[in-house]
Amino acid sequence: MSWLKRLKSGLSKSSKKLSDGLTSILHLRKLDEETLQNLEDLLIQSDLGTSVTSDVIEKLRVDKFDTQINIDEIKYFLAKELTNRLKPYVKPLEINKNFRPEIILIVGVNGSGKTTTIAKLGDFWSKEKKSIRFAAGDTFRAAAVEQLCIWGKRLDIPVIKRGSGADAAALAYDAVIESQIEKDDVLLIDTAGRLHTNSNLMEELKKIKRVIKKAEETAPHKVILVLDATVGQNAYKQVEIFHKAVGLTGLIMTKLDGTAKGGVLVGLADRFKLPIFAIGIGEKANDLQQFEASDFANSLVGLES
Amino acid sequence: MFNSLSEKLNGVFDKLRKRGTLSDKDVDAALREIRVALLEADVALPVVREFSKNVKEKALGEEVIRSVTPGQMVVKIVHDALVEALGGDKPAELDLAARAPVVIMLVGLQGAGKTTTCAKLAKFLKDKKNKQVMMASLDVQRPAAREQLRVLGEQIAVDTFPLDKGKTPEDISKRALKEAKLKGYDILLLDTAGRLHIDDKLMGEVAQVKKEVNPQETLLVADAMTGQDAAQVAKVFQESVGVTGLILSRMDGDARGGAAFSMRMVAGVPIKFIGVGEKMDQLEAFHAERIANRILDMGDIVTLVEKASQSISEEETEKISKRMEEGKFDLSDMQSQIMQMNKMGGMKSLMGMMPGMGKIKNKLDQAGFDDKSINHQVAMIQSMTQKEKRKPALLNASRKRRIAKGSGRSVQDVNKLLKQWKDMSTMMKKFKKLGKKGLLRQGISGLMPR
Repeated sequence: MSWLKRLKSGLSKSSKKLSDGLTSILHLRKLDEETLQNLEDLLIQSDLGTSVTSDVIEKLRVDKFDTQINIDEIKYFLAKELTNRLKPYVKPLEINKNFRPEIILIVGVNGSGKTTTIAKLGDFWSKEKKSIRFAAGDTFRAAAVEQLCIWGKRLDIPVIKRGSGADAAALAYDAVIESQIEKDDVLLIDTAGRLHTNSNLMEELKKIKRVIKKAEETAPHKVILVLDATVGQNAYKQVEIFHKAVGLTGLIMTKLDGTAKGGVLVGLADRFKLPIFAIGIGEKANDLQQFEASDFANSLVGLES
Repeated sequence: MFNSLSEKLNGVFDKLRKRGTLSDKDVDAALREIRVALLEADVALPVVREFSKNVKEKALGEEVIRSVTPGQMVVKIVHDALVEALGGDKPAELDLAARAPVVIMLVGLQGAGKTTTCAKLAKFLKDKKNKQVMMASLDVQRPAAREQLRVLGEQIAVDTFPLDKGKTPEDISKRALKEAKLKGYDILLLDTAGRLHIDDKLMGEVAQVKKEVNPQETLLVADAMTGQDAAQVAKVFQESVGVTGLILSRMDGDARGGAAFSMRMVAGVPIKFIGVGEKMDQLEAFHAERIANRILDMGDIVTLVEKASQSISEEETEKISKRMEEGKFDLSDMQSQIMQMNKMGGMKSLMGMMPGMGKIKNKLDQAGFDDKSINHQVAMIQSMTQKEKRKPALLNASRKRRIAKGSGRSVQDVNKLLKQWKDMSTMMKKFKKLGKKGLLRQGISGLMPR
């Protein structure tokens, strides 16, 4: 299956409900208050949030109010609007060749899919024949180290590890040094999941970053927050606090293969001006896709690409 | 948890409280605010609709017209509807009334927190219900998932069914059940692989396992941070697997927690537990009444009292309250109070439970006051001699410098601490003057400096 098809098959599930809803409320009819209200409700159901939704709806009102309009026109309008909002933040998954290795820190709340995403990134870049190394920095969760090691074995990527309960910052430091000696292209550092509200754990994360800097002043070169697509409006707080703590350089959204629509991404991109590197659409190592604004937006409103 | 929602609703009700009578327009305005607040809190749209309708019907009835303070009346109506929506006033218990071994199965999406919850639940059953528990992981999908459960089992001293590689979930569950029977366990906890509700193959698999082992409870574990999708997830899991209860994980975050609402409504089964931290004992019973109170910022005194009684030994309470009654309060008393507060989950979590404290808690946040500064206070007190603790008047400039050095803080910090102690001890003296009855009559406000 081409990646476009995979993305679509993943995302179309997300959008089915939205488009079903759209179809049911709108054939060819006058765009009136009631219709706008229903549209608003539907966008909210895709986790777009109340403020982005009312923004988009306001635009629709200004442009099309009282005109005869059909479902496709509405879809195109919405998709275009959402694409425009996402487009500036599309960033390809690239390794900066100026660094050897490029050091990437992966952060996020518990269960968002950090370890799996690291495996996927490893798979992605190893197909480009890059030399990759993992650092099993989640020393807190039981068997998290083993989880990454199993991925390392499957993908034939070396993993730097210490026992459970080891100091994550010290491990990160060692990993950077070792990866520099081995002249890797990229070093992916896993971290333990943490709720952004837990200030102690956020301090620990800051420390990891500080200690990485001691080994390599320019590092980490990327700090990526892994976001679960099922998360609702709490994503704003997650991004805000993680960004404040360790200075994010981009986002990856996972679990878009379910019915969660991930609409919150539109508002996040807008507010935090953070690049979106990729999306996860499955549990397999190759279930990671470059983020494409128009595909995402089209699929979100149920338009065929 | 839920704080932001309670702020929103408070905003609405502040407006209502200021008025003598309540017009239809007022109710509509309040409902619009409630609707937006609930949506922003990630309550699923269909649930919001039903809830609004419910509240409006009641609010527009004659109850409101007759009541003396209409604002309060609406608060009550919203509150009651909320309690009802969250599952009524009876806390849901696990149903363990079956022949041993009673099977409990946990299901849910990837990353919902099933494995951690499984271990927490095992610890709860072992410690609080005196059950012999065995856990078995059926997760052959995620790498090292079964290893994770085994390690957790070791941590909490609960047996896990040995890892047998390459077996199917159905196979593992049958063997585990057989072993649980053979070895006389009371309860068998089955952790399953995370699966998407639209993955027909995996949903079929878990349904098959369920048929095979006939669990007394099938609990859907979901992340409290879930957005609009919560309703869909609950619906599909209920339809295709059949669940008997919900567990909301990560309630210790600042998610507004609308998922609790949505899932309860859609699945039509009670929320049996909430996860409130990464530690193995951080699993709590779900009380609809309390959560609704918390949403409306009416405080959660019951939880507070329960936490207090669990964390503080009775003797110590006796000792402190006696000293308080005598109006005595030195720095070592302050230290032990701070320590106890920490045991109960820290200042912030306590504040969140007290009535009317939601706003103050935010102010604390803004002022940079957090649980860390409390640790600093403890460090400073610990840097004092026993004599100094008993008689803080002894603390001259040179002693303060020594304490600052010893605790890694500044002299200003030490002065701040002393000022706080002074305020607190003034409060304690007032406490003495008021006596126990006076305190009950005047409440906490009687103690606040005026």
